[in-house]
Amino acid sequence: MPVRLWRKPLDAEKVKLPKAEIHILKNQCKGCGFCIQFCPKKVLEESEEINARGVHPPKVVDESKCIICSFCTSVCPDFAIFIVEKPCKEGC
Amino acid sequence: METVMAHPFAKYLREAMMPHIWCSGCGNGIILNCFVQAVDELQMDLNKLVVVSGIGCIGRAAGYVNTNSFHTTHGRPIAFATGIKLANPELEVVIISGDGDLFAIGGNHFIHAARRNIGIKVICANNFNYGMTGGQQGPTTPVEALTTTTPYGNIEHPFNLVHLAAASGATYVARWTTLHVRRLTQSIKKLLQKEGFGFIEVVSPCPEIFGRYNKMRTGLEMMEWFRKVSAIENFSDPAKAEITPERIVVGEFVDIAKISYEKLIHEKIAEINEKKMQW
Amino acid sequence: MNQKRVILEGSHFMNGDIACAEGAIAAGCRFFAGYPITPATEIAEHLAQRMLEVGGIYVQMEDEIASMAAVIGASYAGLKAMTATSGPGFSLMQENIGLAVMTEAPCVIVDVMRGGPSTGQPTLPGQQDVMQAKWGSHGDYEIIALAPSSVQEMFNLTIEAFNLSETYRVPAIVLADEVVGHMWEKVAIPPAQKIKIVNRKKANAPSEAYAPFMPDDDLVPPMACFGEGYSFHATGLTHDEHGYPQTSSSEVQQKLVKRLCDKIRKNADKIVRVEEVLLSDADIVVVAYGIVARAALSAVRKARAEGIKAGLLRPITLWPFPENHVAKIAQQTKAIVVPEMNCGQLVREVERAAKETPVTFLSKLGEEPHTPMEIFEAIRRNS
Ligand SMILES: Cc1ncc(C[n+]2csc(CCOP(=O)(O)OP(=O)(O)O)c2C)c(N)n1
Ligand code: SF4
Ligand SMILES: [Mg+2]
Repeated sequence: MPVRLWRKPLDAEKVKLPKAEIHILKNQCKGCGFCIQFCPKKVLEESEEINARGVHPPKVVDESKCIICSFCTSVCPDFAIFIVEKPCKEGC
Repeated sequence: METVMAHPFAKYLREAMMPHIWCSGCGNGIILNCFVQAVDELQMDLNKLVVVSGIGCIGRAAGYVNTNSFHTTHGRPIAFATGIKLANPELEVVIISGDGDLFAIGGNHFIHAARRNIGIKVICANNFNYGMTGGQQGPTTPVEALTTTTPYGNIEHPFNLVHLAAASGATYVARWTTLHVRRLTQSIKKLLQKEGFGFIEVVSPCPEIFGRYNKMRTGLEMMEWFRKVSAIENFSDPAKAEITPERIVVGEFVDIAKISYEKLIHEKIAEINEKKMQW
Repeated sequence: MNQKRVILEGSHFMNGDIACAEGAIAAGCRFFAGYPITPATEIAEHLAQRMLEVGGIYVQMEDEIASMAAVIGASYAGLKAMTATSGPGFSLMQENIGLAVMTEAPCVIVDVMRGGPSTGQPTLPGQQDVMQAKWGSHGDYEIIALAPSSVQEMFNLTIEAFNLSETYRVPAIVLADEVVGHMWEKVAIPPAQKIKIVNRKKANAPSEAYAPFMPDDDLVPPMACFGEGYSFHATGLTHDEHGYPQTSSSEVQQKLVKRLCDKIRKNADKIVRVEEVLLSDADIVVVAYGIVARAALSAVRKARAEGIKAGLLRPITLWPFPENHVAKIAQQTKAIVVPEMNCGQLVREVERAAKETPVTFLSKLGEEPHTPMEIFEAIRRNS
């Protein structure tokens, strides 16, 4: 959609977008880097840490930027990352 | 202490067999991931699901899925699956195997199962080589590619798998790369719901061997190659969908309705017995 | 299903291949996958008609490799399954026969032997696949092989092959020959209730506790089939009781392979069947099987008529080889004659079991089986 047709919904301020909770199973990571590279919002980056398999698992840079597309969940060959929607209580 | 939540798909994997044997950056895990996601979304009855593999790196997939599974001989999963499906048509029989397994040693079984339209579903991890045995040339290795058995560049012409499947009579044919996880998952869901013989080719990185010999040392580099050259063209002519270094056409190629072999044979059985009763 | 049409009770005139096919149906076989080959084709042709009549599956595969694979698949999906072939096809099946051994898939393979090697003599009989039946696939293993010598036995031993295969979860081979396959004779098919049928031991553990390759005391694991509520893995790789691959454990390899062999070896007494004719006072014994045993029996009778104390030991089970029977008669008799339609296969086993007793081998190749006179001459020369 061309950018000029974008409308900001009137209730944009009121709508509460679901928030992501990113789970990384660090020791399952084999360090391929797919989740970091292909996250559309660049939520992840390589950590300094060295896991049980001798690689640097990803770490979360900014969880609030996550749009819960779950691309990382699907593209991870090692089932080492997944996203859950935070239970949405008041002010989530 | 942090509490570690279980992965939502962990229940589809055999814990005792984890971690899987696949290298870092290998696409096989992505295929397995998309497969179990499709199974999850369809809420399939795991008791009625059978996963069959041949031999190869991807061949280990059968053992990893927490359902009925059989790891057969090299090249023979389709023939084996044919027996299962005909013996018990209520079972959903899925084959997850490699390009070498399904199209070199097992090529004959593939075309005949497609021709008969047996209701089995084939997912092929095409990594352009024989990963398990150390990276030899195979039936999908691109021209001029380097492998351990084509040290001067491959002079054979690769199969265009989607064209082969379509020409052999498959009712569903699609190709994706391991980068197209969302579409692949949806495509697997569709495959699992089709009647008759269906096929999905998944172009998949083998950085450890194929990549290493062909200037793409990591899974990331191979995935970036897929991103750069793949184009989604649904229902385009599979004959024109040859994979080249410059272009990987992905999408659905065939989606037709055709009565399956197992239905036909059970119709025949019913017909024969009706006639006999009248004698 | 109309029970009458399943088991064709009564007296029939049929050839060996058809009797074999009817035996399969009577045994409860409901899946046949095959590929045409002389002299076994009639089994497939007959089953193409009969299987569907009894609600079973007949499928012609693209080759014998596929046929054997499909048979294992069908067996794991819960049906009694069979294929039939001759030498060239039997060669193609060998790798998957190994898979059936390793995954303990009950199944029956009929090999109607013709002359080999290679395409050989398609329309002439042979007994050249005896060692291949035992050793054709790679690795150490045991199978069961039965050798019919009449059309009636084509019927009976096919049932027996199914029963043994279901009991021990092992491929059972009917090693017939072209003459027995194509010969027409009377066959008496008993009523269903007189036919002994054995079905595989079913898994009965709760699904969480089920270990698919955990044997009972008889060394045979109860079998779950796909779709019966047990999610389990089977593989041709060396595996533990749970079916999980253990490719670098010597302990698991030893345990598994020894058990696969022992479940046959230690039960050999229960499996082995022979026919013994005039053995108690025999000075000379003919050991013969399949069609050759028929001529051997005539030869033995003729020898007796001429005052030579001859007897016949006919192995019905070629594998496991009836070595105790041979060893026993070897102690009582002065000489053994072994006529075979090959260059010397089962004779090696006879020699091994006979120890000091002299064994004379009588080879026949590329023609009809031995005549009674030929065997009689051998008896006379050696008595
Ligand atoms: C009859 C037979 N021949 C050869 C082999 C050795 N072998 C094992 S895996 C393999 C190739 C597998 O290639 P592919 O199917 O593409 O799977 P990948 O390892 O690439 O995932 C071969 C040749 C075998 N196991 N059996
Ligand atoms: S060798 Fe290649 S195909 Fe095999 S696991 Fe490694 S990356 Fe994957
Ligand atoms: Mg491959």
